[in-house]
Formats: sequence, C-alpha cells, structure tokens
Amino acid sequence: MIKQKAHAGTLESSDIYVEIAPAEAGSGIALNLTSVVMQQFGPEIEAVIRETLAGLGVEDAVLTVSDRGAVDCTIRSRVETAVCRGKGEA
Amino acid sequence: MRRSMLFLPGNSPNILLNADFLGSDAIILDLEDAVAPTEKDSARILVRNAITSRGYTREVIVRINPIDSPYWQKDLEEIIKVKPDMIMPTKVDSGDYVRTISAYIGQMEEKYGIEAGSVKMIPLIETALGVERAFEIASADPRVAAIFLGGEDFTADMRCKRTKEGTEIFYARCRMVLAARAAGVDVYDTPWTDVEDYEGLIEDAKFAKSLGFTGKSSISPRHIPFINEVFSPTEAEVQYALDVFDCIEKAKAEGKGVVSLRGKMIDAPIVARARQVLEAAEAIGMYRPADSQKGER
Repeated sequence: MIKQKAHAGTLESSDIYVEIAPAEAGSGIALNLTSVVMQQFGPEIEAVIRETLAGLGVEDAVLTVSDRGAVDCTIRSRVETAVCRGKGEA
Repeated sequence: MRRSMLFLPGNSPNILLNADFLGSDAIILDLEDAVAPTEKDSARILVRNAITSRGYTREVIVRINPIDSPYWQKDLEEIIKVKPDMIMPTKVDSGDYVRTISAYIGQMEEKYGIEAGSVKMIPLIETALGVERAFEIASADPRVAAIFLGGEDFTADMRCKRTKEGTEIFYARCRMVLAARAAGVDVYDTPWTDVEDYEGLIEDAKFAKSLGFTGKSSISPRHIPFINEVFSPTEAEVQYALDVFDCIEKAKAEGKGVVSLRGKMIDAPIVARARQVLEAAEAIGMYRPADSQKGER
C-alpha cells in the first residue's frame, strides 16, 4: 500500500521520472503518462508500468510518469523504486 | 582474461544500457562513490535489473558500499540474487573485513539457490592500513580472486598529493603486486584520472604492467583500447613463446637434455613465462592451439 508521495528516476535521456501518490482503496491505478516516444511505444510503456505495479502488489495509486526513452528494465526499476519509497521501505 | 576494467555509475540508465559495448574486459557497476546517498536504493534496483535483462557478455563486477556504511548489506541482498561475477568491497583493510563480506555473500547464495562460493571478490584496497595488510586480505578467503589498488583514496589517506609521475604510490603498487602473487591471485592497478592525456595513460599502464599488474582499471571508455593493448601480448612475444615450445619438442625428439634458443638456455622460468603469454594470447583470440602443434604443452 502506498502511504506517501514519492518519486524516482530523472528526466535525463534514456531515463524515466515516476511520481507516485496514495489513492483510496478500490480506486485503481490512475496513470498520467507522457513520453518522447509516446506515439511509437506509449501502450508498451504503460503495460510495463502496470505489470510492475501489479507484481509489487500495488492496486491503488496515482502516478505521473515522464519518459525520456527508457528501456523496459529502467522503467521497471524506477517504478519499483518509487513504490518502495511510497511504501516507506526505502 | 581481464586486461581492463571500466567503472560505470550504477544509477545512469544510459550508461548501463551501453556498458557491454565499451570494449573493456570487465565492467564495474558502481553503487559507491558514483551514487549519491539519496539514490542508493534506486541504483541497486537499477543495477540488479540491468544485470538480469541486459545479458552482459563482459565480466560483471559490482562495487558495493563500505562496511561502515548502512548500505553494504542491502547492496548484497539486491545484487547477489542476480549472480554477478564478482563483488568489489571498498576500503578493505583487514582479512576480517573480507570474511565478513564473504559470509554475507554466502548467506545470499544459499537464500537464492546459487552455488556456494561462485560469486568471487576483488577487494579494493585504498588505505595505508589496507596496503600494509595486502597479503592478509589477498589470502583471507577463497572468494578473493584478485585485489585492486585505489590510488586516489590511498594518497588522501597518506596525506600526500596524487601526481602523474606516481612516485607516491610506487611502494603501494609493489606491495600490492607482491601480496597478490604470493597469495596466488590477480592484481589490478588504479585508474589514470586525466581523461585527455593518452600518452600519460600508456606510460602509466606500461609501468604497471612492468611491475607485474594483471591489468588496469579506467573511469573513461576512451582509455580502454590503450589499456587493452598494453596488457595484451605482442606478436613477437607470442612467436617467441611458440618458438620456446617448438624448441623443447625438437630437443626431446633428439634426446637432448639441455635446450637453448637464440643462444639462451631455456629454463623453467622461461617456459612458465611462455606458457603465460600463450594463455593470455589464447584468451584474447590472438592464438588458437588447435591451429598449431607448436603450442602443445
């Protein structure tokens, strides 16, 4: 469960900046995604973010994500870091 | 064979993405000095995922934070599960330090079903006390495959200036090589820190090689080709090594007990050196024993 606002990553090339905030139980994942490759890879990036959240057991959260051309392992890493920080585990 | 090792910051996705294509024999993914204290968590997750997903073909070394920091156990908990080739503990100054890290690596290996002892260690020695205890460190644990001299922190600890001439680290270099060879492990030299000075780099690398270092580290990808060249055998060295073994074979066939080549007796140290040259040449693809009967040994 996300307890607090947190962020991870940067706006540098090949990175992705992820902000996460708590949401009410049952409200689901609210994702606001922007990317330099939105037209080409937007759905794939969103899928990786949602899969990562599900894998970490996050069902309710508000995310604002700005992608600078990150590959999957970077997306997963930054989302995981933001979630850990949001859970207060960092 | 490790001729060159390249330090790469652990929290830079762009660099980790290209780490395999920068020419070094080993990459050192850094969780220590290159990562701000507020980003240690982020870096260890990124490095863990990069090792898993990038499929690095280079040897992967992860530099962890010092034992007196609050980070080193978390570093190992995240990293060992993806089985890096080696862990580089920092500011190592005793055999106990090595054994403490090794024991924790062992716990993680067991937890994640990794073969016991398969993750090796390359302690970074960068203090006066560490250099004084170099042999103790090099021989402290079977995981130790090599030791590594960190010249910058060492000279800071020695309260002297780090110079291009390197007089201030001469004793430490010799001590490190002696300790490593006595313990039967490899030994790696400190980086050349002037990124633009290639002539200085080449001279420094040649000097390190002449002292007995196995290879040299770098903080710049542009240094790697020069380091690789210096620490590779030359064509002439390979040919001489082949001639040594050829000569031995001929002498055996003729029933001669004493062998000489170009007027010099071939004794055990010459044969040992020739074998090392051929092994190094084989490791970097300069020589294939199958192509020649001369290298049979």
